[in-house]
Amino acid sequence: MTLLIELQTALMKQFPEAIDETVLALGELTLTIKAMALKALCFRLRDDPAFVFNQCVDVCGVDYLTYGQAEWETSGATSTGFDRAVEPLVLTANPDRPRFAVVYHLLSLAHNQRLRLKVLLTDQDYLHVDSLIDVWPSVNWFEREAFDMYGILFMGHPDLRRILTDYGFIGHPFRKDFPLSGHLEVRYDAASSRVVYEPVSIKPRILVPKVIRAKV
Amino acid sequence: MTDIRNYTLNFGPQHPAAHGVLRLVLELDGEVIQAADPHIGLLHRATEKLAESKPYNQSIGYMDRLDYVSMMCNEHAYVLAIEKMLGIEAPIRAQYIRVLFDEITRILNHLLWLGAHGLDLGAMSMFLYTFRERETLMDCYEAVSGARMHATYYRPGGVHRDLPQQMPQYQESIFCNKAETAKRNADRQGSLLDFIAVFAKSFPSKIDEYETLLTDNRIWKQRTVGIGVVSAERAIALGFTGPMLRGSGVAWDLRKTQPYEVYDQLDFDIPIGTTGDCYDRYLVRMQEMRESVKIINQCVAWLQVNPGSVMLDQHKVTPPSRLHMKEDMESLIHHFKLFSEGYSIPAGEAYAAIEHPKGEFGIYLVSDGANKPYRLKIRAAGFAHLAALEEMTKGHMLADVVAVLSSQDIVFGEIDR
Repeated sequence: MTLLIELQTALMKQFPEAIDETVLALGELTLTIKAMALKALCFRLRDDPAFVFNQCVDVCGVDYLTYGQAEWETSGATSTGFDRAVEPLVLTANPDRPRFAVVYHLLSLAHNQRLRLKVLLTDQDYLHVDSLIDVWPSVNWFEREAFDMYGILFMGHPDLRRILTDYGFIGHPFRKDFPLSGHLEVRYDAASSRVVYEPVSIKPRILVPKVIRAKV
Repeated sequence: MTDIRNYTLNFGPQHPAAHGVLRLVLELDGEVIQAADPHIGLLHRATEKLAESKPYNQSIGYMDRLDYVSMMCNEHAYVLAIEKMLGIEAPIRAQYIRVLFDEITRILNHLLWLGAHGLDLGAMSMFLYTFRERETLMDCYEAVSGARMHATYYRPGGVHRDLPQQMPQYQESIFCNKAETAKRNADRQGSLLDFIAVFAKSFPSKIDEYETLLTDNRIWKQRTVGIGVVSAERAIALGFTGPMLRGSGVAWDLRKTQPYEVYDQLDFDIPIGTTGDCYDRYLVRMQEMRESVKIINQCVAWLQVNPGSVMLDQHKVTPPSRLHMKEDMESLIHHFKLFSEGYSIPAGEAYAAIEHPKGEFGIYLVSDGANKPYRLKIRAAGFAHLAALEEMTKGHMLADVVAVLSSQDIVFGEIDR
C-alpha cells in the first residue's frame, strides 16, 4: 500500500498536466488520463526506470450510459406503497458526461506493481483514442475487441477489423443500448437450402431487476 | 514468365488440430508460412454481457464455461474480484480447499494440453494415458460438487460445501461383477482427501512415464526444439503470461509474486525455460505438474488436521443453512433476498487476477452499487497468446503451425468468451 502511495505521488509529480484524477481504492491505483496525452505518457511509463510498466495486461471499453440507474426503485416513499413495476433503464446519453471510456491495465514485472489507466472519450460522435500498439504490441487484439464491442476507434492501429462478432455484423453489441438478445437470429432454411438471417423472435425481458442499495 | 503467387489455405474451423473453432487463414509460399491470420469468435457467447443482466452469483456457472478445461480456476478469479469489492475474505479452510482444487485443475488442464499436444505432433498414445489420469481428477470434482466439469463450487465467501467424508464408490452392475467392483473401489474406502492423497502419491510416476515417452524422444525433439522461439523481452511485450512467459525464461508467477489465498505459506518452485521454444514450454508444464503435486500434498496434510468452516457466516452475502432457514425468520428473509435479488456491491472497480494454468486470468469488475455487475471484463491468457501466433509462426513450415498452436495451450472457451 505504501508503495502504491509512493507511485501515486511520483506519477502526480511527473505528469501533472496529463492526469485528470487519481483514485487509490481497494489496493489499486487508477489514473484518469487526458486522451491527448495518453500515448506520450505510456511511452514514459514503459521506459522510465522508476515505473517500467513493461506489460499491458488488458485493454477494454466501458459504456457508462446507464451507470447508477436502477430498474426498481427501493428508496421511494412507502406512504403510497412500493411500486412493483420494473422501470426500464433510460437509454439516452447525458451530453455533459462522457459515455465511453477505455481502460488499460498495466503491469510492471520489475517493480511488481499494477496500474489502471482510464481515458474518457469526450467526443461522443467520433469515439477515438490513440492506439498504443507502438508502446505495447500486446494491445493489438484487445483494441480490436474494444472496437468491435464498443465502436471505439484506435487511431494508428494497423488492422482495426472486427474480431469476435460474425462476418458482416452490424452494431456494437456491448453497448448498453444494444439489446441482450441482439437484433438478428440465424437458422438453416431447408426450402432455400441455406442459412437465413431473420429479426429475433424473442422479446427482451428483465428476469431480476437491477436494484441499487447504498449499503451491502 | 509464369506468375508465381502465394497459396492461401484455410486451416479450420473444422480441423482436428485447431483446438476447437479456430479459423486460421494461412498464406503459404510453398510450405513456408508468410502470414497467419486467426479468425476467432466462432464460440463467442458474450459472457460479459450476459453477466451484466444477472445477479453476481448467477454468473459463477458461466465462468466454468470459459476455459472449459480449467473450470475452478476461472471461478476463482471471479469470486476473488467480488470478495475484493465486498471487503470479505474466505475462511482459512476454504482458502486451502480453493488452492487444492486450483492445483487439481492445473493438472487437469496440463494433462489435456499434453494429450492434445502429443496428438497434434503424432504421439497418439499420450491422449489415452492422460485421459486415464484425468478421469481420477474429474471424480474429485464430482465428489465435491456433483459435476464432473462445470462445478460452480467456489462462492463469494468460501466454497459451496466441505469436502465429503466418504468418497463415492462404484456400484456392482451387469457390466462389472463383485470382484471387479471391489477392485475399482479399493482407493475409495476413505474420504475424498484420502483419495487425493493416493492420487498424489502415484501421479509423479505417471509423469515419469509420459516423460519416458516424450522428453528424449528424437521425433518429439525434432518437432519442438527451436520451433516458435520467443525471447524474454518479446514475450513480456506481447503480453504473454503463465507457462508461455516462463518458457521464455521469465520467472514470473502470480502465486509467488502477488500471492493470493494461502500460496505464500506453501512450498513450491517455479520452473522456467531458457530458449523459449515449444520444447521449453513443454518442459515447464511437465515440471509444473510435479510442483502442483507438491502443493496438493501440503494442502491435503493441512486439511486433514484442520476442520472448520468453509463459508463465511455473513448472510448478507452467503446463504444461511437450510436448517436455520426452516426455523428462523431472519434466515428465511436472508435466503429469500439472496436468491431473488442477490447482494449489492459498493460502487467502484476492481481487478483480480490469478495464476491460471494458461497464464494470468483476470476479472475486471465495475459496480455502480447494484446487484449485478455494471461491467465485467474477462482477461483471458490465451487471447494474448493467440494474437502472437502470426509472429511465432512466420517463416516456419506448415506443420510447425500445429506445434506452435498447441504449445500455446489454446482453448476457445476463454478466447471467444
